Amino acid sequence: MEKIILPDIPDLNKLDVYIANGGFQAAKKALQMEPSEVIDIVKKSSLRGRGGAGFFTGLKWSFMPKVKTKPHYLCVNGDESEPGSFKDRQIFEKNPHQLIEGIIIAAHAIQAQTVYIYIRGEYYRWIQMLQAALDENYERGHLGEKMKQTFNTDFYCDVYIHRGAGAYICGEESALMNSIEGKRGYPRVKPPFPAQNGLWGNPTTINNVETITNVPKIIANGWEWFASIGAPKHPGTLLFGVSGHVNKPGVYELPTGTLLTDIIYNYAGGVPGNKKIKCVIPGGSSMPPLRGDQLEGIKMDADSLREAGSAIGTGGIMVMDEDTNLLDVLVRISHFYHHESCGQCTPCREGTGWMEKILRRIQSGQGTSKDLDLLVDVASNIEGRTVCALGDAAAWPVKFMITRFRDEFEKYVKKEVVIPVKNKIHSMKYTTYSVENIKLPESTKP
Amino acid sequence: MAFQFTEENLKRIEKARQKYPTSLAAVMDACYIGQEQNGFISDEVVEEIARVLEIPKTDVLGVVTFYTMFHTKKMGKYHIQVCTNVSCMLRGGYEIFDAVKEKLKIDNMEVTSDGKFSLEEVECMGACGGAPMIAVNSDYYENMTKEKVLEILDSLQ
Ligand SMILES: Cc1cc2nc3c(=O)[nH]c(=O)nc-3n(C[C@H](O)[C@H](O)[C@H](O)COP(=O)(O)O)c2cc1C
Ligand code: SF4
Ligand code: FES
Repeated sequence: MEKIILPDIPDLNKLDVYIANGGFQAAKKALQMEPSEVIDIVKKSSLRGRGGAGFFTGLKWSFMPKVKTKPHYLCVNGDESEPGSFKDRQIFEKNPHQLIEGIIIAAHAIQAQTVYIYIRGEYYRWIQMLQAALDENYERGHLGEKMKQTFNTDFYCDVYIHRGAGAYICGEESALMNSIEGKRGYPRVKPPFPAQNGLWGNPTTINNVETITNVPKIIANGWEWFASIGAPKHPGTLLFGVSGHVNKPGVYELPTGTLLTDIIYNYAGGVPGNKKIKCVIPGGSSMPPLRGDQLEGIKMDADSLREAGSAIGTGGIMVMDEDTNLLDVLVRISHFYHHESCGQCTPCREGTGWMEKILRRIQSGQGTSKDLDLLVDVASNIEGRTVCALGDAAAWPVKFMITRFRDEFEKYVKKEVVIPVKNKIHSMKYTTYSVENIKLPESTKP
Repeated sequence: MAFQFTEENLKRIEKARQKYPTSLAAVMDACYIGQEQNGFISDEVVEEIARVLEIPKTDVLGVVTFYTMFHTKKMGKYHIQVCTNVSCMLRGGYEIFDAVKEKLKIDNMEVTSDGKFSLEEVECMGACGGAPMIAVNSDYYENMTKEKVLEILDSLQ
């Protein structure tokens, strides 16, 4: 299987090696086309975003105004903060020039003359690597005004890195734009959408690093070639990051539609000690977890995973063996979303706090089975009621972990019974008691 | 004496400013540079950034307090960050965090009395394939064990 993003070519991160392997031919070709032609090819290729939502890239580009009356911007999202995701870093390190070539083509397609690559602050070493690659391309005349001569066109663009500073929420596209503008990373209410009203109020497109890195190969080899790889409705390859309880954790580039079990057992070497799998989160920690005893036949593409009751997200596969305490895992996940909530909307700010609190109560041995219902209830009340998708990202793991692993969670809580108690004000009041704590009155015993 | 950027750093800030149509957008770069020069972002650093970028002090403060990588108190010469998010936790992230705590005799976000080390429990650093991992200042150390981490701490001078 040919690799699109991380081919096995030694020293591909060196510009000369990249050029010797056909680098910048696609940019040359694309820059001779009309922007609409480039968008059309990407549309037909069915390339979908690799940042989590899986939106069709060509379609997204086509939302940008055709007639330019204001500056257009391209933001490349390299925030990579979703727990379980560690793929974009591989691109900065191993194939930065293909990312840069993709940027040139995308910028031309949407007529953006300024491009910001947003990279999480912790990736300082990778920022340095990518900056060195950008500098080299400036020197070679692949970027900036010199592009006009090099590629014999009227178009040119400048590319800058914006370094984040430790806030998961800045991966959300509108928070990312606020962060680039030098503000706190609060997500914006949509609409207006970025293609109309993005950076400094101008038309803006945001794409993930891996998404953009696909583009040169699509232009070079044609959309038919790309569309024929992997799952038809979600074609191409994905960089699957496998972590947790596997023998060979790492990033594996494989066609979409590859069996999840194939990735875990064949590529990532299976589970240490040949233990059974209890749970797999297939797309980064925001995605609904799957039961280990129901992994058979699940394919890793957007549609197949939706059918299986989860989502492809960033393709970060977290594997948990049979000895894993899922309560501890869920507490940790909930702590993360509580910590990272920007606090703008009440359901997310309060809800993430409540969920963590209740889960910690259960962890301390004080929880009851009612708390499990309460958690699912709180989660359902966050879902769909917030400015950005962090609310859903916080709700899903709680809701699905508890409903899908109810058997396991019941082990961590005390059983509860509902006992009717006479009350002077209301005719009847229902009070719940934990079974272990009370002696039931004779009359209420079944 | 009030904090002042060095000539060299003023040039770096000016270069950062050139990347954007507004000077406010250069505030994060300026904060990094200020933090690097001063060790942390004090009130005086905030004032100096506001002065150099010609933006209100509150705008600088808002950014400094929002992002976790900007420190408003002095951290150690070696800032040890231990990831305890899920992928690291599954492979012993908390054992490593506890081992570092015990070795340095400090808690989360504290600094050793000699100012050499500080410790922070961090969220996923994007290195889950190399879990468990730690970072010392900007350098990542992956596939850690308790022993390896303690060795690294010993080697830091
Ligand atoms: C809380 C949150 C965090 C996100 N983090 C990232 C991220 O780190 N990287 C990324 O590419 N997209 C992230 N996204 C998705 C972006 O908002 C956006 O959809 C994506 O960058 C678009 O690029 P694509 O169409 O190429 O996938 C995040 C979304 C949310 C709600
Ligand atoms: S959903 Fe949460 S993170 Fe998103 S805007 Fe609302 S409070 Fe902020
Ligand atoms: S969970 Fe530790 S680096 Fe991702």
